[in-house]
Amino acid sequence: MKHPLINYLREELLPTIFCPGCGIGIVMKALFQAFKELNIDTLDNFVFVSGIGCSAWMPSPYIKADSIHTIHGRAIPVAIGVKLVRPNLNVIVVGGDGDIAGIGGNHLLHAARRNMDLLTIMINNQVYGMTGGQVAPTTPFGIKTPTTPYGNIDYPLDTCSVVAAAGANYVARWTVSHFMQLKNTFKKALRKRGFRYIEVISQCTSRMTNRMNISPGEYMKQILKKSINIKKLALETYDEYLNNIIVGEYTDRDRESYLELISKVVENA
Amino acid sequence: MERHFWSGNIAIAEAALTAGLNFYAGYPITPSSDLMEYIARNLPKRGGIFVQGEDELSSINMVIGASIAGAKAMTATSGPGFSLMQEALGMAIMLEIPLVLVDVMRLGPSTGQATKSGQGDVMQARWGRHGDQALVVLTASSPQSAYQRTIDAFNISEMLRTPVILLIDELTAHLWETVTIDKDQISLIERRYGKPGDAFFDSGDPSIPPPMPRIGEGYNVLYTTSTHDGFGIRKTQDAQIHNHLVRRIYKKIWNNVEYLFNYNIYPVDMVEKDKDIIIISYCSTARVASETVEKLNKEGFVAMNVELRTLWPINYDELSKIIKDAGIVVVPEMNLGQIIYDIKIIGNGLDIYSFNKIGGGIPIYPDELYNYIIEAYRK
Ligand SMILES: Cc1ncc(C[n+]2csc(CCOP(=O)(O)OP(=O)(O)O)c2C)c(N)n1
Ligand SMILES: [Mg+2]
Repeated sequence: MKHPLINYLREELLPTIFCPGCGIGIVMKALFQAFKELNIDTLDNFVFVSGIGCSAWMPSPYIKADSIHTIHGRAIPVAIGVKLVRPNLNVIVVGGDGDIAGIGGNHLLHAARRNMDLLTIMINNQVYGMTGGQVAPTTPFGIKTPTTPYGNIDYPLDTCSVVAAAGANYVARWTVSHFMQLKNTFKKALRKRGFRYIEVISQCTSRMTNRMNISPGEYMKQILKKSINIKKLALETYDEYLNNIIVGEYTDRDRESYLELISKVVENA
Repeated sequence: MERHFWSGNIAIAEAALTAGLNFYAGYPITPSSDLMEYIARNLPKRGGIFVQGEDELSSINMVIGASIAGAKAMTATSGPGFSLMQEALGMAIMLEIPLVLVDVMRLGPSTGQATKSGQGDVMQARWGRHGDQALVVLTASSPQSAYQRTIDAFNISEMLRTPVILLIDELTAHLWETVTIDKDQISLIERRYGKPGDAFFDSGDPSIPPPMPRIGEGYNVLYTTSTHDGFGIRKTQDAQIHNHLVRRIYKKIWNNVEYLFNYNIYPVDMVEKDKDIIIISYCSTARVASETVEKLNKEGFVAMNVELRTLWPINYDELSKIIKDAGIVVVPEMNLGQIIYDIKIIGNGLDIYSFNKIGGGIPIYPDELYNYIIEAYRK
């Protein structure tokens, strides 16, 4: 019997190259499950755009759809170019925390500000996984990595707060330990307009959990335990963010999107 | 026939619109901003999309995405912005994406004399990216030739599935002159698309680019900046596939050198004569060089100016035939000597002189070039 979600994959390129216990597979499955439940049978009018990093390899080459595997940090602007020329396509950006929030952070901010019609999925394993687990803008305070051998003195960025404040229509964070919530969030985001940003807290088994001497499963339990739903928090969330994982929807609104605005420019020019 | 009074930048913008521009993204930088402002006003009127990016990185990457999606897309910038665009330009070479990048050269290095003219980006245009790669670099020296070279740039980019750089300097960008256009004489090359399942990254013949895939139509295209086989499958370990891919992209440009290499000779009736002096010039300096040879010829020398309208690829054989019997060859540049390195290779054994002037955006004046040449000739 074939896997029920195999239609979304390039079967001939399996197995994936991801390390055993990597969270990317869970994100992929949640996304595919969302497609399935939305009755999206083929991804013919989907285009996936990714940058550089392990997370960027999720669509390229594994997802059976058009994919553009670009350079480090620039997936969002390439995706914008695609979307503006072909507004009827569903354009999805997938990337790691280093790619999307680090080197590409400026594009994230401005795509959110413009409420650009893209779904962006950031897989946050809290390190630069592909290059050896160096500190990332999302690494928790105090953690030792190969480039913070004495502990990380940078505070991590709460990208969801930033993206929500910048003007995105939809912002949510879940972890790979919240499969159902993650899937439902994908479903919701796929049906909305404007900029939609979903951060998924994940684990890097070869460059992080192994150094912490815990199994991927144990780490998944830890992140589940540390998660607090944003609905349960008071207004000031940043201190909570440093010590916990805030999950849930940071914003859910329906502002006019960039595509709608730019088509008016063209109409009225 | 149409006659217009345009600056170089406006001529480029108008030519881009005529070539069928659908998408422009850019970031303000003198001396290219007025080109972008002109596009911002006029492109939406023709149904095209204009975006001012948050920086040059986003601008060039949006242009790449737009071209992948089927648009004729361009950006324009200047020195510092051109540097920021280099990594993405390397991606466009690797993915074989047609696009036009106009670099309006200003005076570096770094912020330098930001509003002044210079020609310091010649080597950056050729070698700015990491890794082995080739692309096409065109030049213009007047609004009229800027119009023509912009049309050419779009056509070449579509024909060879490659980014094309148009280099002009600030002097030409802001020079206003009459531009005459015969729209019936303009022919446009459109993109060649393939069918699902085609090898979109190998045509079998390195001189001919593979057809472009359409996206969003079930082709399941794999574009990757990693080394890939003809079907876009990433191959990061296979030496032969890398060797094949990189050489093919290189040959795609160099095998078409006869078509791509373009120059303008002045005065034409000098071609058959034995020349005392040949000037090799490009961009605004070509105008100065033509005036200088007029004066030299009046004084009894046999002098000729070769304006390079393509900087890369250079047809080494053809250019070496042109200059082989020259008494002296002079290469004036508004930098400390860049194209001179190629000319020295071509003219091995000839007396070759590099005349350089930088600072203040002050052009090389015909008189000073004339005096320099006379002195060199008498050596
Ligand atoms: C301009 C540039 N700088 C650095 C690199 C090297 N590099 C490759 S992957 C990567 C980090 C990726 O981290 P992240 O986006 O978090 O992805 P992960 O591997 O953790 O999923 C870096 C820095 C690069 N490819 N390009
Ligand atoms: Mg990461």
